[in-house]
Parts: sequence; structure tokens; C-alpha cells
Amino acid sequence: MNLDFSDDQKFLQNEARKFLEKEESIKRNREILDESSSLDVDLWRKIVALGWTGIRIPENFDGLGLGHLELCVIAEELGRFLAPVPYSSSVYLFTEAVIKYGSEELKKDILPKLVSGEIVGTLAVTEDFMAPSSSNIKTEVLNNKITGKKIAVPDAGIATHSIIVCKSSNGIDLRLIDHKDKSLNILKQDTVDGSRGHFCVELENTPSILVGEEGNGWDLYESIINQAAVLFSFEQVGGSQATLDMAVNYAKERYAFGKPIGSFQGVKHKLADMYVAITLAKSNSYYAAWALSSESSDLPVAAATARVSATKAFQLCSKENIQTHGGNGFTWEYDCHLFYKRSKLLSLNIGSLSNWKEKLVSSLEKSNIN
Amino acid sequence: MDFKDNQEQANFRKKCREWLEKNAKPKTGVEKNEFANINYLQAAKDWQKKKYDAGWAMLHWPKEYGGIAASAIERIIWSEEESKFDVPRGIFEIGLGMCGPVMMEYASENQKARYLPPMAEGKEIWCQLFSEPSAGSDVAGLRSKAVQDGDNWIINGQKVWTSGAHFSDYGILVVRHDANLEKHKGMTFFFIDMKSPGIEVKPIKQITGGSSFNEVYFNDVVVPDSQRLGEIGDGWKVAITTLMNERLAVGDANGADVEDAFRWAKGQDDLGEPLINNKSVRSSIADWYCEANGLKNTKLRTMSALSKGETPGPEASITKIVSANKLQDIGNFGMDSLDMSGMLKTDDPEIQSFQNAWLGAPGLRIAGGTDEILKNIIAERVLGLPQDARADKGLPYKDIPTGNA
Repeated sequence: MNLDFSDDQKFLQNEARKFLEKEESIKRNREILDESSSLDVDLWRKIVALGWTGIRIPENFDGLGLGHLELCVIAEELGRFLAPVPYSSSVYLFTEAVIKYGSEELKKDILPKLVSGEIVGTLAVTEDFMAPSSSNIKTEVLNNKITGKKIAVPDAGIATHSIIVCKSSNGIDLRLIDHKDKSLNILKQDTVDGSRGHFCVELENTPSILVGEEGNGWDLYESIINQAAVLFSFEQVGGSQATLDMAVNYAKERYAFGKPIGSFQGVKHKLADMYVAITLAKSNSYYAAWALSSESSDLPVAAATARVSATKAFQLCSKENIQTHGGNGFTWEYDCHLFYKRSKLLSLNIGSLSNWKEKLVSSLEKSNIN
Repeated sequence: MDFKDNQEQANFRKKCREWLEKNAKPKTGVEKNEFANINYLQAAKDWQKKKYDAGWAMLHWPKEYGGIAASAIERIIWSEEESKFDVPRGIFEIGLGMCGPVMMEYASENQKARYLPPMAEGKEIWCQLFSEPSAGSDVAGLRSKAVQDGDNWIINGQKVWTSGAHFSDYGILVVRHDANLEKHKGMTFFFIDMKSPGIEVKPIKQITGGSSFNEVYFNDVVVPDSQRLGEIGDGWKVAITTLMNERLAVGDANGADVEDAFRWAKGQDDLGEPLINNKSVRSSIADWYCEANGLKNTKLRTMSALSKGETPGPEASITKIVSANKLQDIGNFGMDSLDMSGMLKTDDPEIQSFQNAWLGAPGLRIAGGTDEILKNIIAERVLGLPQDARADKGLPYKDIPTGNA
């Protein structure tokens, strides 16, 4: 019985924590908002230099050849420090899609450049103000050329390549495009959390390369986000823990009626609820990490369980952290809002809470838990 | 990460299973909860004796008291395997889980040799006499008195919520020996013979209709000083040892869980559609599944720590809050799904399990620490928040304000 990370993995996590703390990741997040930029290029370069973009990339493609568990511990720290970098888009989604479904030729071309930072990727699926589904994708591919419009594409501004979910004559395809192509138009969109820019990507006869089986793209997409859900959960757990720590520290130091507010049960119980939510989310994320790393058939259920618990935990913790801070929590000056906004970004990227609850129950129906 | 036993653990699990398969029947599905039933009591005693004779009764206890000094992980393995079989558990949890550890720590060698083996064997049942009508969550506010009289103490007062007092042979008791001292300093701890003259046990009828708790009255009950556990005035310290064990003993709320709700939703009609197609039901099932598995996986993390010889973190402290509330919600869901007919008592074991959950869960949210007290404990002991200001701090017990109750 060992539902825990190894000493090496814990060491990696500790190094990641020290690095992001030293680099003042949270302060960088705030600076981006103040400057209306869309990410921190300097921090991203340093992360590339540490080799984190190549964690799962095999050694023959210049990567570190490590497993998903190493990604999980990095994800938790990125979440804790609100790192304003395109890690989830490029690593959990784009890189994993290429590793999983790319041809050998594509891997040879792309993977080493993901390690070196020359390529940054993202995944584009949403097209309108509603959840994407296999039946509402309109962006279309004809003779390998894609025409259509994607919105709310995270990190597309720094990305050099995207995987586009598009309609083909046989169903849905996943297709890779190069952002250098002149047929593309990429526009920054105003968002609620500017620390991770979202973009509109307009395609007009944009050349593309098929990734994975033709016409089966929706299933492949689902499979990619099932994997990514585990990593998102770890980011959400990290963010939840950071907000609980902030709230606890504030509740010990802030006095009202002659006492620390943390001595009042109204505050205590709120913080205890946050601890309970985090513990459930963390334990479910550990189990999902096991399911992911061991390629268990339980992954769809385990990933959705982790995702739902972690989304609920981060939403609860980030909003109650503001509440604990009182009026200060509502100011731009305090960091509470940075976590509140990131919790929303992480809960909507790769699909909303209600959609993941639905995925969980339909996976249970398929796996027939009784 | 992996879920495999190591060789030693796998061998131990195999031994457990082999013995259980020979001596008990595997669970079939919906098992009945018959705690208050007298035949159940005899069946529980018989099962405990069978385990004791074969060495399975109190695995972690030292050999001289009927155990095999097993490790924490072996204890969990046994408990996992035993829980897969339809056996009468529950009667001895308070005695073995709370009274046993206190006796182990504070009783004399002669007393341990006299009382622990029959406790492990199930021959003598023990109860815990702490709560009082005006001392529940604030159990240190208790009023029952002990007055020293030569080599004896004379006990007067009343205890309440005493599980199993009506069939217990012995009990552990905390009482006030000096009301002039501060409230936590004026208490002393004893174990007593429940058949002593002057003890009167009255069952309490619960909202379920059953009676597993009692009121216990003490009228000039004589307890020899040799049955004092800890020094005079150490009552609270000894009580805390017991309460720490109580939290481990209470743990998971048994009863209808997400699997039952899911199975029910697939079979139940909802205005002409299967209930499982109802969006709000799907959302609730997702929530309960996350809670149930969050607890299960938390337990696995605790076991992982024990398995490596590490001390587990405080994660397990969330178990009762989460499981008792989930039980109440699931009971409510099942009854709600029956519309007006949900009020009717029936022989249908699934419907019964929802009604039992709904009726029983309010008790579980209170017993062994209310939700509110458990949240205080998480906030103070895990998160390190300061204690609430107390109106009784530093006051002699007799000067502490009390309400009418």
C-alpha cells in the first residue's frame, strides 16, 4: 500500500516550491494584471531552462523521460504560486496530445523543440458562448486546410502551435497548425483573469497536420482532457492550500472585539470546511495520479472525481479566503482576488464543474459500479 | 504509487481471509442493523469469543491480554477483511476502543490482568460514563460528585447518552471531586462495576424509536479508591486519552452510501423517466461519490503512512463530519424520490435503509463530538487557530454561570 509520492518526487516538488517562491511568482502574476500583459515570458524561460517542459518527453527526444507523477507534483506548486505561464496548455494538453497521438515523424519534429522552448503549444476547442461538444463544432477542415474561428483559447498569444478540434467529412479531427502561417489571425480577448491570456484564433484555409485517427478526434480530445483533469486537479489543490494558508494567517493576526478573529467559531468553522474540502480533493487527486500513471481503466472515473473535488475545493477556498479577509479581501492590493480569479480560470479551462459532474456520473454508468 | 500489500502484509491478509472464510459468511448486500436486539447481543458475544479463542479479537494488544501485538497496518488489514463478512460488530467498540486503552494506561498490573482479557473475549462489556444532562460538548462542565470516605468514594449524580449501559458489566466514569477548583482541575476518574448498588439505568427512546443510549443515575454508589484511574484531580487528563480514542472508534457513519443511491436511482421512476436521468440527482450523486471516495482515498493515504512506519497526518479527522452529513443527505434523497409514499414503513430493505439513514444520521452528527466541536478541533489542533475566549476560565467550578438545564 503506497498512495503517496516517492522521496524523489517529493524532492522535485520541494525544489519547484523553492524556485517559484524565490522567483516571486505571485508578485509576477500581479504585475501582469497591472501591465495588461498576458503572461510572464521571463518566468516561462526559466521554467523551460529547468527542463519542466520536457518532464514527460522521452530521452531520445531530449526530454527527461519521467512520468505523470512528476508532472503532478510540479502542477501542485504552479497552482500554489499562481504561475502566470502557459504550462497547462503547452504541457498537459499540447505535449500530451503529441506524445499520445502524434506520428513518429511529428514527435521527432515537435518534441525536442517543446523541450528547448522553441515550440509552445495550446489546444483550441471553444467556438461560441457555450460548452463545446462534438455536435456544435463548426470549424471545418477541407483538404487539410482549416477554416473557422476559435475563442477563449488559453495562451495562444505565446503559443507557436495549436491543436485545433475541427469538423471533417468523417467526424471530428484533431489537427496541428503552425502559428507562423499568414492565414491566421490571433487576437487577444479581454478576460476575467488576465494573468493567463485568452485569445481568439481565426483560421482561413490554414494548413494543418492530422494528429491521431481521422474522424475520431472527439474521443481523442476527451481522452486528453481526462489526463489533463488530473494535472489541473493538482494545480487546484495547490491553489486551495495557498488560500487556506493565507486565510489562517490572517485570522490569527487580525483582531476584532479584542481577540484574533480566528478564535471566533464563525471563522473557525469556515476554515475547517476549507480544510475538509482540500483533504477530499487531495486524496482523490492522489488516487487519480495513480490511475493516470499506471494507465488504469479506472482513469475516466478517477480523473472526474479528482476534477470535481478539486474544482469545488478551490472555488470554496478562494471565495472564503476573501470573506475571511473582510473588506481588505475585496481590494486590488491584497492577493485574495488573484486566487479567486485563477480558481475560476482553472475550473472553466477543460470544462465546467457541471460538465465534469456529468462526465463522472456517465463514466460510473459505463463502468457499472454495481 | 501502488495498492499492493508487501509480502508480509499479503501473507497476513491471506491468513485473515482463510480464517474468516471458515468461520463467517461473506456479506450479501443490504445487512440489517440490529444493535438494540438482544439476540444480536448474544450473537456479537459469540462472534467476539470465537475471534478471541483464535487470537483475532484484539490484534494490537499485548499477548498477555489476548492480543498478538500486531502493527497498525495489520489491524487495518484485519478490519478491512472482517468488514467484508456479515458478522455482528458494534457492541464492543466503546469498551475495546475507549475503555480498554484507558485501563491499559492507568490500571494496576493486577487490574489489567483481571479485566482486559474478559473485555477482549466479549465476556464482560464496558461502557463510558462522561456526558451529563448539562455537560455535552462542554463535557468538562460535568456535575456528578465524588466524595472521599476512607478507602472509598461515594458517587452521586447523573450521566446520559451512555451507549450500551443496559447490558454493560463495567464502566469508566469521570466525576467532580472538588467544585472549589477550576473546572478542569476538580475532576477524578474511576472504573466501576455497573451492578453496584445505587446505579439505575433508564433507556432513552430515540427519534428512531430504538433505544441504544441510556440515562444512568448514581445514588450513593460506593467505589473503592483502588478503582481510581490516575491521580486525584487528573480526571480531565485521563478523559482526554479516552476522547482521542473515541474519535478513532467512531469514524465512518455506516449505512446507505453512494452505491446504494446510484443503484436506487437506476431503478426508480421519476415522472415516467428513470430517476438517474434527473440532472439534480446526477449532480448529487457526483458530490456523494467524490465525498465517499475522498474518505476512502484519505484512509489509503493514512495506511500508506502507517505502512512506511510514519505517523499519519491529521487527515482522518474529517471522516465523521463528511460521512454523517452524507448519510443524512442520501437518506433524504431516497425518501424524497418516493414522493408521498416515502413516509410509509415497508419491508423493502432499500427503502428501510434510506429511512434508517435519515432517522439515524442526526444522532451520528452529534455522537462522539458534534460537527461543530469537530470543526473546532480541526481549526485549533490542525490549523493552529487560537481558542475561543471562555467565560469560565480561571473560575472555581462552583462560580461558573449555568443556564436552567
